[in-house]
Amino acid sequence: MRPNASQPAIFAPRSGPLARKVDWVIRHPRMFVFLMVLPITLWLGIVYIGALIALLIQSFFSIDEFSGVVVREFTFKTYGELLRPYNLDIILRTVAMAAAVTVVAAMLAFPIAYFAARYAKGKWKALFYIGVMLPLWSSYLVKVYAWKLVLAKEGILTWIFAKLHLTWALDGVLSIPVIGGNSLSVSYMGTFLVFLYIWLPYMIIPVQASLERVPGALLEAASDLGATPRQSFRMVLFPLALPGIIAGSIFTFSLTLGDYIVPQIVGNSRLFIGQAVYTQQGTAGNIPLAAAFTVVPIVVMGIYLWGARKMGAFDAL
Amino acid sequence: MKQIFNGCVSGLALVAATALPLCAADMPTELGAGEGIVSIVAWPGYIERGETEAAFDWVTKFEEATSCKVEVKTANTSDEMVALMNEGGFDLVTASGDASLRLIAGKRVQPINTDLIPSWARVDDRLKDAPWHTVKGTHYGTPFMWGPNVLMYNTEVFPEAPTSWDVVFKEMTLPDSESNSGRVQAYDGPIYIADAAMYLMAHQPELGITSPYELNEDQYAAALDVLRAQRKLVSRYWHDAFIQIDDFKNEGMVASSSWPFMVNLLKADSVPVASTIPSEGATGWADTLMLHADSEHPNCAYQFMEHSLNSNLQSDLSVWFGAVPSVPEACTDGSGMQTEAGCSENGLDDFDRIKFWRTPVSSCESQGSCVPYYRWVSDYIGVIGGR
Repeated sequence: MRPNASQPAIFAPRSGPLARKVDWVIRHPRMFVFLMVLPITLWLGIVYIGALIALLIQSFFSIDEFSGVVVREFTFKTYGELLRPYNLDIILRTVAMAAAVTVVAAMLAFPIAYFAARYAKGKWKALFYIGVMLPLWSSYLVKVYAWKLVLAKEGILTWIFAKLHLTWALDGVLSIPVIGGNSLSVSYMGTFLVFLYIWLPYMIIPVQASLERVPGALLEAASDLGATPRQSFRMVLFPLALPGIIAGSIFTFSLTLGDYIVPQIVGNSRLFIGQAVYTQQGTAGNIPLAAAFTVVPIVVMGIYLWGARKMGAFDAL
Repeated sequence: MKQIFNGCVSGLALVAATALPLCAADMPTELGAGEGIVSIVAWPGYIERGETEAAFDWVTKFEEATSCKVEVKTANTSDEMVALMNEGGFDLVTASGDASLRLIAGKRVQPINTDLIPSWARVDDRLKDAPWHTVKGTHYGTPFMWGPNVLMYNTEVFPEAPTSWDVVFKEMTLPDSESNSGRVQAYDGPIYIADAAMYLMAHQPELGITSPYELNEDQYAAALDVLRAQRKLVSRYWHDAFIQIDDFKNEGMVASSSWPFMVNLLKADSVPVASTIPSEGATGWADTLMLHADSEHPNCAYQFMEHSLNSNLQSDLSVWFGAVPSVPEACTDGSGMQTEAGCSENGLDDFDRIKFWRTPVSSCESQGSCVPYYRWVSDYIGVIGGR
């Protein structure tokens, strides 16, 4: 198609105030981009970053020990309070749980994702997606309460163990100090199992996506060059899937760090960071300490992401 | 509002100086027409209009009779209630004893003129001047509901009701010859420290505790020691009523501090439980309907206060919530579903044995300086965390 010389290349300015403004914006592409980006920037800036900064500022205030009123003066006192043994316990407990959940979730998710990426085809693949996503469609609370019933002392799991004459095994596991307890539903192990179940899909999906992108030819080449399956996993598959594992671990780790409902329903009542925040701001009115507690996951995640970057997890992005 | 102001001015003119303090406190002396709306901050389940269960409705009739439409904002904790009242825009609040004095001190609620509430006379005499809503002889609200934190126990394990809170505080062999370890529960809230203090009032009188909400450092430390020993027995603390119900059904729990609410629900489900108030007494809660200092609909609010004391509300709500009416007649007059037996079940006769919830403050009446609530919170977190 040859441009018709008799037609003007640029349309004549239209009349009307609105039309003229529209024309002006179209003629100034930078302005166009600015207007497009403005709402999302405002949203991020005010709602997201603004709220975070307000939170940070709160954490540098302190509470007056006698009247319980928040003193709006800059101090590190609240952070000092964070380091008291019982608060430190809460932080260590939460980080340890998040780490355990992440590691086991990665180990469980890898074979599932590998199967889905390599072997599942057609309707099996659809079934895989539904199977992984289905738990995410039902209410979070329903799932947690259901688990409470499953894990209870007089619950279905205990019953199954009894029918299989394996009660001794369950009792053995429950008698392990620290992680054991009176029943699964009142022990760290129960909390761990529920966390693992709730956050597993967030690990499977990214790992599966990263495995999909590993060319099958690379694995074949590795085996042609004499690598054992173990070697080709360690030197080819795993490094290439690492970005997916890291992406998944960011989900499972940060979600466990922040959760305050699971440990309240299943567990031994020892607080996690999320619950500590809830109690401190809700019941105690100690907003500075609650804010200081919320800074902890931010810092932990910061260190985690920095470490992941050092390991080269984001190189492939 | 204008009418009230006028009433106040004419009152001033008539009884010059003596009426001054009353009017300065903004207390109406006569009621005008309703403003069409009354908005209430309430505990969940406190203001029912038959939407949860058709049989439980104490709002519809009020709306029809007074043309005041009831708006409800539910709050889950006392602190939430205080925050909402500070924010303003509400007329009434059902404040518990750990919130009511804070609201009065913060001037968020106004004194009420009991002459404008004809049914004030019906209120339980023991509640009329209760210290959680009466300051220096001035009433800041009408009593709404109250109830004890009872000891719930499994009747198969305890053929006879336990007579002491020992069963949840000390390791012991229960009547079914098994240890109580891992089979008892405690409340997951800092106010529970008061339960330990109340236990010590009976068992270590040398500590000299006079009120479980006013503890000096030594008394407080002793109470925490009791709770630390209890931590070894408790697998999980209860926080949510329905989780405790589930724990009694599926977790093998046999004794715990609880509310009549859970006891009734479990009984209805034919779980073998009963409740008692042991020899040491019990802690409890008492809620007051209080009027916001800047209420925009005071006439409707006064009408609702009257309604709360003189309708099926006291009777039906006490059944619904497992509480005790503030109007004793409601137990027997057939205004609702409550019966005499139901009232004594919920604790009517145990009023004097109940230490009602108050906010622990640093400047306390009994001994000058006490451990404030702020420390109760962090220390109870420590106790539950095993410190």
